[in-house]
Amino acid sequence: MKKVFALLLTLTLCVGLLSACGGTKTETPASSGSSGSSSAAGSVYYLNFKPEQDEAWQNLAKAYTEETGVPVTVVTAASGTYEQTLMSEIAKSTPPTLFQVNGPVGLANWKDYCLDLTGTDVLGQLTSDGFALKDGDATLGIAYVIESYGIIANKTLLAKAGYSVDDIKSFADLKKVAEDITARKDELGFAAFSSAGMDGSSDWRFKTHLANLPIYFEYQADGIGTTDAIKGTYLDNYKAIFDLYINNSTCDPAALAGKTGDDSRNEFLAGEAVFFQNGSWEYGNLVGEGKPFTDDDLQMIPIYVGAGDEAKQGLCTGTENYWCVNNSAKEEDIQATLDFMNWCVTSETGTKAMANDMGFVIPFKAAQESPNLFVKQDAAYTAEGKMPVSWNFPTMPSENWKNEVGNALTAYAAGTGSWDAVVTAFVDGWASEYAALNG
Amino acid sequence: MEKAIKRYWPVFVLPTLAAFIIGFVWPFIQGLYLSFCKFITIDKASFNGLKNYIFALTEADFLHAFWFTALFTVVSTVCINVAALAIALALTREIKGTNLFRSVYFMPNLIGGIVLGYIWNILLNCALTLMGKPLLSLHAPYGFIGLVILMCWQQIGYMMIIYIAGLQSIPNDYLEAARIDGATESQILWKVKLPNLMPSITICLFLSLTNGFKLFDQNLALTNGDPAHKTEMLALNIYQTFYGRSGPQWKGYGQAKAVLFCILVVAIGLIQLKATRSKEVQQ
Repeated sequence: MKKVFALLLTLTLCVGLLSACGGTKTETPASSGSSGSSSAAGSVYYLNFKPEQDEAWQNLAKAYTEETGVPVTVVTAASGTYEQTLMSEIAKSTPPTLFQVNGPVGLANWKDYCLDLTGTDVLGQLTSDGFALKDGDATLGIAYVIESYGIIANKTLLAKAGYSVDDIKSFADLKKVAEDITARKDELGFAAFSSAGMDGSSDWRFKTHLANLPIYFEYQADGIGTTDAIKGTYLDNYKAIFDLYINNSTCDPAALAGKTGDDSRNEFLAGEAVFFQNGSWEYGNLVGEGKPFTDDDLQMIPIYVGAGDEAKQGLCTGTENYWCVNNSAKEEDIQATLDFMNWCVTSETGTKAMANDMGFVIPFKAAQESPNLFVKQDAAYTAEGKMPVSWNFPTMPSENWKNEVGNALTAYAAGTGSWDAVVTAFVDGWASEYAALNG
Repeated sequence: MEKAIKRYWPVFVLPTLAAFIIGFVWPFIQGLYLSFCKFITIDKASFNGLKNYIFALTEADFLHAFWFTALFTVVSTVCINVAALAIALALTREIKGTNLFRSVYFMPNLIGGIVLGYIWNILLNCALTLMGKPLLSLHAPYGFIGLVILMCWQQIGYMMIIYIAGLQSIPNDYLEAARIDGATESQILWKVKLPNLMPSITICLFLSLTNGFKLFDQNLALTNGDPAHKTEMLALNIYQTFYGRSGPQWKGYGQAKAVLFCILVVAIGLIQLKATRSKEVQQ
């Protein structure tokens, strides 16, 4: 009896094992069968970087599969974990065929995995060669979205304080308005800037986006596009604008270390602050159903730091989102991926989804107009003859550099650190990180 | 039955053994090899010799993380075990509501480390703001104290349960005999209870020592190493090296650190087990 029992147990175990194997086996022919019935044999696996656009991508993928029969899988990495996810996914037997890098520094990590896109249809669709990410002669990445950031101003509150956005044409103007609002803070019931939160969910606005301005002006002055040794010529301007943010904010500078991105946005939504530094991607969080603002309430103004020709300064416009195709994917999958990319940026469905559902401005010839207010304002500034400030943070040496600058800024804001530490992290850190990158 | 086991043992052992080899032994060997390599994905690794280990052993942040972790482990192990034992002694005295207290003290253990970290982050930051002191992420000593408080809050209940079980397994005859012989309460504690409790102490020390050394979630959520890596513990340092930096050499550095870390934790665990085992008494 015991023998029988033991055998039975063994059998159940084996059955479990076999069924586990069998399960996966039956799945494979089913999926390859459905793609085999269509004309294209490959499949697409897109590892998406932007969590806020996940749903739109899933829908677009479904639409593409319905139209062509090519299976498209879209997986979105959780916020802030893209590199980790990509690293583990790309080592699998079915790696992502389409993934993203954030610019030249990100590309350095992944260039061995990127297909040279020279001669592909989708590359030909770019409106300017400047949107291609190159390594030597090879084109390894294609920018697929253009974004802008600046200081989002609540025009209604600004009017209550007795100003309009037309009064702000330079750093001196901005300082005057902000300091006047702070002086009358109790009477007005709101502050000039929403909190410059230095929590990890918000500090990128200052250690990366705001830090772009001194870098941009230095590159402009020196006539360069990247450097392995930053001089920090415009760091005094960086200090001036950061001081303005933290001293005219909704909260005490010492409390900024714990303030999150949501805190800052909520203050702006609740009308507690006039200005909010952020980008065009915030549009959906500010305007729309259940949101307090309409298009008439808001305007994005350039971040003036008192450098360069302020009369001609526009919004900070650029990209850090580049598509790369995995060169180690199967031949037919690569082709399917290139076809999918091309379809996204040329077809009616694709371009519409990217403009309306995702709110993107895409640098491709067939682009549709986006309903995003800030994007329209960016176009208006450019039409007025203002020069957009380019995004130079993809040339920042590493994530670590940003973190060190962020740490120094946080300590400076709280009064536990000095500005010299920020300068050291900015200038010396830049050089040592570039040395480590190439070493 | 014995015969059946003799004949069929492979059937029972092999599935687990296979899973252990596939899921643990093989990746471990692969990890050892990768610690001598530069790589982005493991299928495209190139040999880098001992450079990874040289880097890991000379990096200031890693060494700081080591000493920080060591200090944290000592402080938290002492705090947790003293408090857990004290509560266990109190809750084995048949006071009213003992069961309620036991459950309540155990509950923090049911919440995951990340969630706890964020909750305590908010709590402690609020308290610090009210006192007008710099926040957790600005002042490393507060970060350290915060971590100790958090770990105590989470672990005391768990260790308490182990100590209670240990205390209850001490035969009543011993205690009765000691009382009849005229031993005082403190004599009973030191001469009877504690020696008989040594198996529980062994396991609790082992758990809190290794937990302290391997701490990751709570560290990530509470301070994330701020300010400037000052509150970064070993596990978080390895994670930041591996994932926070780009370039193939960093993966190798991270992997080498992870191997060193593994050796360290195993060594500490073994030494501690040996030291406390020798004090255990047979009942």
